[in-house]
Amino acid sequence: MKRRSFLKGTLAGSAVTVAVGAGLLNPRSVLAAWPESAFSAKSIPDAMSGLFGTADNKTSGAIKIKAPDIAENGAVVPVTVSTSMSGVSAIAIIAEKNGQPLAANFELASNAKGTVSTRIKMGKTMDVIAVVKSGGKLHTTRKNVKVTIGGCGG
Amino acid sequence: MANSIRIRAKASGSDVTVKALITHPMETGLRKDKKTGNKIPAHYIQEVKCEHKGKTVVNAQWGPAVSKNPYLSFAFSGAKAGDTVKLSWVDNKGKSDSAEAKVK
Repeated sequence: MKRRSFLKGTLAGSAVTVAVGAGLLNPRSVLAAWPESAFSAKSIPDAMSGLFGTADNKTSGAIKIKAPDIAENGAVVPVTVSTSMSGVSAIAIIAEKNGQPLAANFELASNAKGTVSTRIKMGKTMDVIAVVKSGGKLHTTRKNVKVTIGGCGG
Repeated sequence: MANSIRIRAKASGSDVTVKALITHPMETGLRKDKKTGNKIPAHYIQEVKCEHKGKTVVNAQWGPAVSKNPYLSFAFSGAKAGDTVKLSWVDNKGKSDSAEAKVK
């Protein structure tokens, strides 16, 4: 008897999984649209305007990129971007010479701190560019990372 | 399915630091299968959202250039120990997952 109810429970559970997998519960509609044009862009200005609507930016000393000088493995490059600016609404991370340079964008609420960390893939030695949107303007800074083994092939 | 997200939130004063690890292949769509020579289809997380008390704190958009089994970390203010932080992701195949953590 116990075995029977166990089987039933498992079946019910898997039915929910199937429903999610088939998109019936459609989680996509809950979230905001993903900016496809920015991520498929092949140049940095295109990526910036796809993301923020403009590519105008100023180099700023108030942004810091923490990344290794030499990354042995380009598939996993830890990057931390922090800024002392106030009113930061977004931080984007761009890998200059990747086929599709834009790696990630973080939209920050007003109570979020101006610091994000993640790990990105880099095809070869290149600059990592951090873009900080603050007060409606774009500020950038860059840091060179030497990559010994590229992270985009396989 | 075991949960794909490991999340930790730690308070220091009124600031909370959130660290999360997600288990995900993050395929770029450019890699080739060594045996068949066919391209492995792209499969990567597109959006990651973190909520505190129903309000979005961080909403991230990711491309395929984010590493496999992604890690992310950020901080925000206005939370205290015992609050719940929720993290959720959606990938390009429409799959999703979410996890909650109590601020410590």
